[in-house]
Amino acid sequence: MERCRIVFSGAGGQGVITAAIILAEAAVLHEGLEATQTQSYGPEARGGATRAEVIIADAPIRYPKVTQPNVLVCLTQEAYNKYSGIIRPGGILLSDSRLVKPQSKVDARQASLPMYDSVIKEIGKPIVFNICMLGSVLGMTRIVSLESVTKSLQTHIPGEFFESSTRALALGAGLASNID
Amino acid sequence: MPFKDYLRKRFFPHIWCPGCGHGIVLGCLLRAIEQLAIGKNDVVMVSGIGCSSRICGYVDFHTLHTLHGRALAFATGVKMSVPRLNVIVPMGDGDALAIGGNHFIHAARRNIAMTAIVMNNRTYGMTGGQYSPLSCHGDFATNAPYGNIDHDFDVVELARAAGATFVARSTTFHARQTTEIIRKAIAHPGFAVVEVLSQCPTYYGRKNKQGGAAEMMEWYRDNTTPVGSKAKQQNPTLIERGIFVQDAGKPEYCCEYKKLVERARRGAS
Amino acid sequence: MSAGLKFVQGNEACVEAALYAGLQFYAGYPITPSSEIAEHLAVRLPRVGGTFLQLEDEIASICAIIGASLTGCKVMTATSGPGFSLMQEGLGYAIMAEIPCVIVNVMRGGPSTGLPTCPSQGDICQARWGAHGDHAIIALTASTLQDVFEITVHAFNTAETYRTPVILLLDEVVGHMREKLVVPEAGAIATVDRLKTSLKLGMDYHPYLPREDGRLPMSDFGGQHRYNVTGLFHDMWGFPTQEPSMVHGLLRHLVDKIANNADSICRYKEYYLEDAHIVLISYGGSARSALHVVENRRVRGERLGLLELQTIWPFPYSVVESKCANARYIVVVEMNMGQVTRAVKRAVAHPDRVVLANRIDGVFITPTDIRNILRLIQGKGV
Repeated sequence: MERCRIVFSGAGGQGVITAAIILAEAAVLHEGLEATQTQSYGPEARGGATRAEVIIADAPIRYPKVTQPNVLVCLTQEAYNKYSGIIRPGGILLSDSRLVKPQSKVDARQASLPMYDSVIKEIGKPIVFNICMLGSVLGMTRIVSLESVTKSLQTHIPGEFFESSTRALALGAGLASNID
Repeated sequence: MPFKDYLRKRFFPHIWCPGCGHGIVLGCLLRAIEQLAIGKNDVVMVSGIGCSSRICGYVDFHTLHTLHGRALAFATGVKMSVPRLNVIVPMGDGDALAIGGNHFIHAARRNIAMTAIVMNNRTYGMTGGQYSPLSCHGDFATNAPYGNIDHDFDVVELARAAGATFVARSTTFHARQTTEIIRKAIAHPGFAVVEVLSQCPTYYGRKNKQGGAAEMMEWYRDNTTPVGSKAKQQNPTLIERGIFVQDAGKPEYCCEYKKLVERARRGAS
Repeated sequence: MSAGLKFVQGNEACVEAALYAGLQFYAGYPITPSSEIAEHLAVRLPRVGGTFLQLEDEIASICAIIGASLTGCKVMTATSGPGFSLMQEGLGYAIMAEIPCVIVNVMRGGPSTGLPTCPSQGDICQARWGAHGDHAIIALTASTLQDVFEITVHAFNTAETYRTPVILLLDEVVGHMREKLVVPEAGAIATVDRLKTSLKLGMDYHPYLPREDGRLPMSDFGGQHRYNVTGLFHDMWGFPTQEPSMVHGLLRHLVDKIANNADSICRYKEYYLEDAHIVLISYGGSARSALHVVENRRVRGERLGLLELQTIWPFPYSVVESKCANARYIVVVEMNMGQVTRAVKRAVAHPDRVVLANRIDGVFITPTDIRNILRLIQGKGV
């Protein structure tokens, strides 16, 4: 398989690191692939710019950081402004239509999806916004299967939130399927 | 067993100066252990650095002579690993309350069942008589030739505020009382602090013109009073001695940890 | 944690390995980027009846684990640069009193509080010479989570075998990254138990008299043998001495027990070294970037190889010398200003062929950083 390099970016507290862990874990534990997950962060536990990185491959991964992602997700305008330039030419740049105003001069396939608004409207729990985002990424890329990610959700999301997180995952995947 | 059997006699004569109060503290400590009939293998003595810490070398227990100020930290590791052991920590005033002050207040806060004995001679004897955090305002020391401008800690008040559940003070003049207090401190199920005023004629006495060991001990006789006595009301400069705090009700740290382990194991199963 | 395939963080791999090795007592103080080690152990240790303590500072932490080790426990603390600085006096004590313990330093940028959340490998020389006085030290490191597991077990084994503190130098990248870990079945990796004296009550036990094989059996505090432990120079019973021949003998023993066993302590990995014209030498997180470059260049037919050090101290001079014997250039890849490079220069026949590829700005060294150095030494410009 083609080595897939992914960056999730946003603000502290949005759950981008959790989403990255769930994705990478699904690849390793449930699809027999290699994956690394790293992050860079500042001193803030909430707010500030957060960036989580995942590499998924079928061969050992040495350098675990992502300098040029095939898939970049930006969940705040600050993250978009900071990171949209690092996208690998021809890659996928996903952002949230409420939180980010995309610009046109990026050499990537851009998708701006109403993930946040849909989560609030359909599920009513902003805490699963990150899982909806993960669903959209999987809908667009099929890096790993929704089934594998659902298995990872079981170990990461505590009981009462598991059901809403699987709904968020499906919601995100559905939003992505509407892209032509 | 007779208290002299607790000594490692081959290391005598000891290194303390003639007239030093530390030998009296050692005698009181061993008599207290004798009265409690504690076996040699059931005592771990942990000390730091200084004249007082050398006490470890002279007693036939499990002895751990550690770093300056760190005795209580080492002792915490021993006690938490084997809570049944009687952990006794003799310390000097600088050892316990300057470099070791942080470990002192935190051991008190946790209420871990150990016996901290602060042998207070108001000076750093081993390094040559410098002023300590228990030297009084105006005292002289080899490095306070113009008088000490620091103020001293009140060990009793500090230990009480930090959460120690047994707090007492005595002096080398009052050896019988010191023995009795140390005995109660060792038997106390929590963190016990015993301050013993112990004369250093070589440095503190000489620098402060207090005379020899006998005069310094007479000073303890004349300037201390039992806690709560009328004499203290009439003369507030007197130093109170006796037991200030004795509270067996506060949960002890090793016991609390044992309960935590039970909770964790229940949760895991 | 059960055996098998896991997806965990480096710090958690270290915790699992420590428990696998028999860890019973941990004391520490919170500090980024090592805090996850404490967090995981706070969950795991009580469940196995072990002791987890958070103490008032790193000084108390290392002192407490030394005290606990004397009662027969396997012990560990974890910290990062600023805390490691505070631990130096306790480290020296454990060296002098010969108390087994493992000290994990998940390195971050320094000096001082430096860069709390950024990677660095700046504590290599502090691990070697941070404690005052002549001494030997064992310091290990790892670059993958599988290696973190194996090297952590090795750290405990080495600490027990040689009755000495062992420093495990992880870095922020390895400590915080997540990847695959296969936890071995119990017994799959050998673990070394505490060597305890077989002397019965009434026999004169000498805590500091080495056996013929050089090892010193211990007796638990609280057990039947009473002895003294001190940070002063001491005799075979543990009592202070200033007798010159005993001082000389003890210091020689402390250094020789490690120096004479450097080959057994030494761990390293090698990649494509047989015909390498350019040998990269690296360790920890940096070795991942170095291996990335080596593999990419090999595909293009360039004769690059990598020597990955897992034992930093005692420095594997003979290994480095022999592996670099035919190298035209030796490039040391590390995130500091050349702390291992200096040792490599002392090891090889031609120190002028040793080049440093480093990064000291808090950014994990990239393959591009290394490629730029390679281009320069090959005369190709950046």
